[in-house]
Amino acid sequence: MKLLQERTAKLKLGESLIIQTAVRIMVPFIQLFGLYVIVHGHYSPGGGFQGGVILGASFVALALAFDQKFSMQLMSERVNGVLGNLGALIFVGTAVLCALFGGLFLDYSALDKLIPLGPIGWRSFGIFIIEVGVGLAVMSIMVSLFWDIGSNGEMDEGL
Amino acid sequence: MSVAAAIFITAGLFFFLVGVIGVLRLPDFYTRLHAAGKCDSLAAELVIVGVALYVLQDFNLGNTLVGMKILLIAVFVFIASPTATHALTKAALVAGVEPWKKGEKKS
Repeated sequence: MKLLQERTAKLKLGESLIIQTAVRIMVPFIQLFGLYVIVHGHYSPGGGFQGGVILGASFVALALAFDQKFSMQLMSERVNGVLGNLGALIFVGTAVLCALFGGLFLDYSALDKLIPLGPIGWRSFGIFIIEVGVGLAVMSIMVSLFWDIGSNGEMDEGL
Repeated sequence: MSVAAAIFITAGLFFFLVGVIGVLRLPDFYTRLHAAGKCDSLAAELVIVGVALYVLQDFNLGNTLVGMKILLIAVFVFIASPTATHALTKAALVAGVEPWKKGEKKS
């Protein structure tokens, strides 16, 4: 028991090999499932927020199983911030664009004047754009919250 | 097909029952985790396969898609839950939880 504890403490990078391998196998599927949840948000349970949380959880799993540095190599802090702001911009930009084209705020059918898909088609397609924006923003905020809190604001070692 | 589904689900529920009795009765953390791991891997797998068989009763494209999704969940659980059990055990070991020895009181 003592020996096992010492050996675990000596291990440099994150958790044991079993956990690292399982996370390595699962992370691509988690991200694919997150994208599926975002894209299918308007037919089935799910949507932008849930899909974004799943996408963010994949990076949190990487940071927990390996190291915070490893997950920050895969998605840098700058890219993360840009993605989050882009998500918020997509949301607000679509909503304001609807208002500019003569509808109400978030009234997608007004975008019919820009590209003629028909008001019903735009109502379906507009919610898809909104979901993508929400998903990007939520993913970025989840990941950056974990990075900040997990490393005490230092952004170096992590848990 | 529906009889096979019922057999699978009943077997899964039996293993869940055994696992729950184990979690309630066994003396310490490691042995309880051993019982809970049986619930997570074997019993959940059996129930999921049973549900997939039940969905695939009348065979068309939509039902096949749903069945494939359920089987994918089965594969995912099969990878994830033993790993989770391993992580919990390792965390307890690092935190210094002593294993139960014969003659001690239940914790």
